Amino acid sequence: MSASQPVEMDSLFGDYPLDGAFDEMRAPGGELRPHYRALAETLAALPPEELQRRKQSADLSFLTQGITFTVYGRDEGTERIFPYDLLPRLVTAAEWDRIERGLTQRITALNEFLRDVYSDAKILSDRVVPQELVYSCKHYRRQMRGLQVPRNVYISVVGSDLLRLNTGEFVVLEDNLRVPSGVSYMLTNRRVMKRTFPQLFHSYGVRPIEHYPQLLLATLRSLAPEGRPEPNIVVLTPGVFNSAYFEHTYLARQMGVDLVEGRDLVTHDNIVYMRTTDGLKRVDVIYRRVDDDFSDPLIFRSDSSLGCAGLFNAYRAGNVTVTNAFGTGLADDKAVYAYVPDIIRYYLNEDAILPNVKTFILSEEKQRQHVLANLDKLVVKAVGESGGYGMLIGPQSTARQREEFARQIEANPRNYIAQPTLDFSRAPCLIGNLLEPRHVDLRPYVLFGDKVNIVPGGLTRVALEKGSLVVNSSQGGGSKDTWVLEQ
Amino acid sequence: MLSRVADSLYWMSRYLERAENTVRQLDVTMSLMLDTSDTSAETRWERMMHALGKPKGMEWNGDMDAMARKLVFDNTNGASVTFCVNGARENARQVREEISSEQWQRLNRLFHQMHSPHAQAQFRANINDALASVVDGIHLFKGVSDTTMIHGQGWQFIRLGRYLERAYSTATLLEVYQPELSQEQEREHSGHQYLELVGLLRCCTSFEAYCQVYTADLSPDRIIEFLLLNRDFPHAIRYTVDGIRHAIESIQRTGGRRAPEELTAMIGRLHAQLGYTNIAEILAGDLAAFLHTIREQCMRIHELIYRYYVQYSIQSALAT
Repeated sequence: MSASQPVEMDSLFGDYPLDGAFDEMRAPGGELRPHYRALAETLAALPPEELQRRKQSADLSFLTQGITFTVYGRDEGTERIFPYDLLPRLVTAAEWDRIERGLTQRITALNEFLRDVYSDAKILSDRVVPQELVYSCKHYRRQMRGLQVPRNVYISVVGSDLLRLNTGEFVVLEDNLRVPSGVSYMLTNRRVMKRTFPQLFHSYGVRPIEHYPQLLLATLRSLAPEGRPEPNIVVLTPGVFNSAYFEHTYLARQMGVDLVEGRDLVTHDNIVYMRTTDGLKRVDVIYRRVDDDFSDPLIFRSDSSLGCAGLFNAYRAGNVTVTNAFGTGLADDKAVYAYVPDIIRYYLNEDAILPNVKTFILSEEKQRQHVLANLDKLVVKAVGESGGYGMLIGPQSTARQREEFARQIEANPRNYIAQPTLDFSRAPCLIGNLLEPRHVDLRPYVLFGDKVNIVPGGLTRVALEKGSLVVNSSQGGGSKDTWVLEQ
Repeated sequence: MLSRVADSLYWMSRYLERAENTVRQLDVTMSLMLDTSDTSAETRWERMMHALGKPKGMEWNGDMDAMARKLVFDNTNGASVTFCVNGARENARQVREEISSEQWQRLNRLFHQMHSPHAQAQFRANINDALASVVDGIHLFKGVSDTTMIHGQGWQFIRLGRYLERAYSTATLLEVYQPELSQEQEREHSGHQYLELVGLLRCCTSFEAYCQVYTADLSPDRIIEFLLLNRDFPHAIRYTVDGIRHAIESIQRTGGRRAPEELTAMIGRLHAQLGYTNIAEILAGDLAAFLHTIREQCMRIHELIYRYYVQYSIQSALAT
């Protein structure tokens, strides 16, 4: 097969390394995977100048649309363009089928887990998940105990992070059940891609994702309180200084609903209203992009001014739907994560379709000793953090960092987990005029209202720095459009 | 529409109008200073500062170019061009989903123009061109606002902000120029008096419009009549009051629920005051007092808009 490869490919690949990690485009022997062939041929046929021209035009398009995120820790919240790679990441129909079934199963079970923990807690009394683990989780919200949520849906918007291992198998790295972000990049990437490679896109038969905002709207509508047939739906944002503010405005605009801040909301007699120029208008469904802690100063952090005082009581009274529900962070705690396969078996009596990554629970003596002895080979993560913060990558760490983490683990073992350093898959990216492989993950977006709904696609995040394993946008990552193929 | 959004659109628009006013007055004042006359540079500068609402820290120091750059770039001064453009952009940024992409890009471009590393050098090299390009930017923004945005409540709040700011600043300007306007008119204009009057008109971009109505024969009475009572010229106070009235009517019509009688009465009174009078009557009375009441009524209208649409109490809203 490699002998029949067209010669002109060499100018595209240069000395493209094929070692260890699963390459999305090429098999270990170097030959192209069949579904990537058309893409490679199209690229090889384009003069380098033309490729660069398309790249520039795509970049410009992001710039003028103001598709930015905010980097914390710099002067007055710097706005940045989210780096973008020109080459799509391809997912075959068979691969997607497995992902879709796996995520549906997983989200259904996790939702059931939340319902159970916040009501009878059977899974705890049956000792499938350790009780201490749940009650010591910093995202556990005792206020949610015994509270009936609409349709028993706790997590209606989810973004789970998948990796592909050397075996070619997709695994779940983590679940984001609080306020997952990035879906606006999935949508804008697609729009730019269609303009950049119209012919190629057409010939590939890519499944559409553009209806996501409409599905989101339908999901939110399906969760409206009883007796509110024309619900007033809003997106609640922390405001202009939040890193995902662009996404909040984007989703509000795409759904045609109001984007509100906490200061726009008032509660009276357990009803939530927003202040409009026509007086107070009742709010029925809140798509919440504000963390639990900042949502209601009367119940959660009293020093927060981002939320709305009285919101939780209105929610408890069933007069307003807030989604995702409060306290869902319990189920994406990185230590609870280790039990997800058991959780799936407990509620659904099925084996997990998408496996977990091997995870060490550090509050268990034996596992902790093993981890502390092997810090240089493992990845250590703080359980309640996200966005790539609070993380130690053993093989790339200094002795000093490892000592620091060892100390923190000893001081508070419940707060950390460890996982093997994963050699996850790489996909080709356009670096200069050549293709080079970079590590990628995949975050599909799951909606859960009447039923679980996943648009075929997601955000493929890329660790753009050579050899880097961190794909988070706050840590120098970029993104790619993700094409799920019809065939 | 959300009260906060209405508030942001209103202030975005007011700030841009204010920026434009500062730029135009600065441009006119600098060009007047080129001619030698009895009026000293300092007097002219002080007059402009009065017209701009007496911003702090802008005392005349004898260096016109430095003073001009300060009025453009000094971010601590509420009348400065940069301050106003920043204010407009910050308000726009908070309602990104409500304005069109074209509006946002326009305003963003103006903002980056003021903050570019070359901005200071450009103003130093040719301040007139630089000022003209700022006005261009603002005009373009108004153009895309009118052509790319739904003419619903949001757009009406933009108009409200624009016209209220303009009515207020034109009334202030006339008050400040009152000494020139009440001077005994010489049979033949001295060149100097003529220049001052042209300056006043140009501060409101109204010299050419005035000439179309009255010919180039400048007389203080006609200038006052034109800037106060003309119903067709966008910088005349009567026109802006008509604009305010229309905007409020549309907001009420599209919103439906609320009928702020106090507000409509206030605007109706101001409208009648300008509509059912003539210049002879005004000049026979106390012009200064008349201008002063116009400004006061503008402030009152602003307060009422806030009380009814933006900062109303929950109790009052629940009662209706």
